Amino acid sequence: MANKINISKHFLLIVALFFVTFTSFAYEPIDAEKHENAAEPKEQGEKAHEESTTFDAGKMILEHVADSHDWHMWGEGEHSVSIPLPIIIYSDKGFDVFSSAQFHHGHASFLGKYNYRLHEGSLVVFDDITGTVDEEATLKLTDFSVTKNVASMLVTMLLMLWVFITVAKAYKNNQGKAPRGLQSFVEPLIIFVRDDVAKPSIGDKRYEKFMPFLLTVFFFIMFSNYLGLIPVFPGGVNLTGSISIAMVLAGFTLLITFVVANKHYWRHVFAMPGVPIPVLIILTPIEILGVFLRPFVLMIRLFANITAGHIIALAFFSLIFIFGEMNTGLGFGVSIFSLVFTVFMGFLELLVAFLQAYVFTLLSAIYFGSAIDEGHDVHNHVDDHALEKH
Amino acid sequence: MELVKPSIGLIFWMAVSFSIILFLLKKFAWKPILGMIKEREQSIENALAAAENAKEEMKALQSNNERILVEARAERDQLLKDAREIREKMIADAKGLATKEGERLLTIARDNIQNEKMAAITELKNLVASLSIEIAEKILKSELSSDEKQKTLVNTLLKDVNLN
Repeated sequence: MANKINISKHFLLIVALFFVTFTSFAYEPIDAEKHENAAEPKEQGEKAHEESTTFDAGKMILEHVADSHDWHMWGEGEHSVSIPLPIIIYSDKGFDVFSSAQFHHGHASFLGKYNYRLHEGSLVVFDDITGTVDEEATLKLTDFSVTKNVASMLVTMLLMLWVFITVAKAYKNNQGKAPRGLQSFVEPLIIFVRDDVAKPSIGDKRYEKFMPFLLTVFFFIMFSNYLGLIPVFPGGVNLTGSISIAMVLAGFTLLITFVVANKHYWRHVFAMPGVPIPVLIILTPIEILGVFLRPFVLMIRLFANITAGHIIALAFFSLIFIFGEMNTGLGFGVSIFSLVFTVFMGFLELLVAFLQAYVFTLLSAIYFGSAIDEGHDVHNHVDDHALEKH
Repeated sequence: MELVKPSIGLIFWMAVSFSIILFLLKKFAWKPILGMIKEREQSIENALAAAENAKEEMKALQSNNERILVEARAERDQLLKDAREIREKMIADAKGLATKEGERLLTIARDNIQNEKMAAITELKNLVASLSIEIAEKILKSELSSDEKQKTLVNTLLKDVNLN
């Protein structure tokens, strides 16, 4: 994991180097030329903001990485084509359900129980007369909308249902024979999760009851990671890089750990056997914190890795337009480097997509394993843990 | 930061749909798939074990066959040897028996010949004796048929006596 973050850091460094070396001689475009070239990113289909004619990479990247209320396909501003998604709002006055098309890409308000409007990507109560956000009323809203992430999540889940129910049928029809087609693609992964993740971390006897969760989490993360790498609909959504999704997945891990945890586990958390009481005063809070920290780290790791991947890919593309604004030729020149690096990063992301699914599943399995570990002798406790790792 | 702010709506939808998909996949996918994989692994393992057993059996059978072959060969040799011995013995026996019988027959024949010879000699002797007696009788008869002859004889005999 540390490796992956290091690599990301290195790439940011390389990106920074690009800025330093090229700006020194490229920072002299005439104003008129600058305006001409500013139109280019628009033509290329990238999202540039209406008001300012300059290209804002940070804003573009965040817009692509973050959740939104419609599923953007192509184009920008007024001309952009996107799939409208249902908006579901719960407030003190009850539910409001309508289509996000009503907002006209954030340029119009919709009058339901309140006057809603999209403001900087989030749903607010808007005062059309003064043209300001009603902060007080906005706090009363709870947004249950089927956003881009929710829609993408549903797509992923439907895909999973289709794939695995088809495979299950194939197993029934193909009973006792060698796997075929989709079945032979999925089987090694299932066996990998079973033999290399579940069995060594949980134990040969009790791993079975955790298999459905581990497999579902593994394939959900893997499917959505890979879908996220496909730039066109229905992919390209930074689903597992959404903190809410990662939080729910880690929450499930925590919940299952709590449900299956035995006396031995709780005793180790609250009163580590064989540790003197004064030490326990320090150790117990740390252990309790650790219980929650583990899933928290799971969440952050998944979120950060996937989001970083998306950001880096977008950053490389942004470079083209940043340099293109300075000089058209420079833009084309940089595009070669950007493309090479993006392809390279793409390959890395293919690996990371699998790796993150594996790591999340493996760590979940290890937590479950430690929660149901019976332990033997109080004095042997250190040895037990050493044995566990083998 | 918009990016790290969890959204309640998304969490809600994710929690609900993940629970549903977990349930659905557990029931309709993982259970049958894992079951079938396990079953197949078991059957493959069994098949391999069976093959191993068969191999062992084959090996045992083969060594058994070899043993039987060796035994059979030995038995055949023995039989041949026995047969040869029996044949030789039979020939020897037959030869011995024939010699003995020949000798016995020869002895009997010799005895018979001897007996016949003795009988013939005895008969011949008897015949010669009776013939001699007859001849003597006839001679005596003719010698003593007339008085003169009887006188001559007595003279002759007396002459011999005078000499003594």
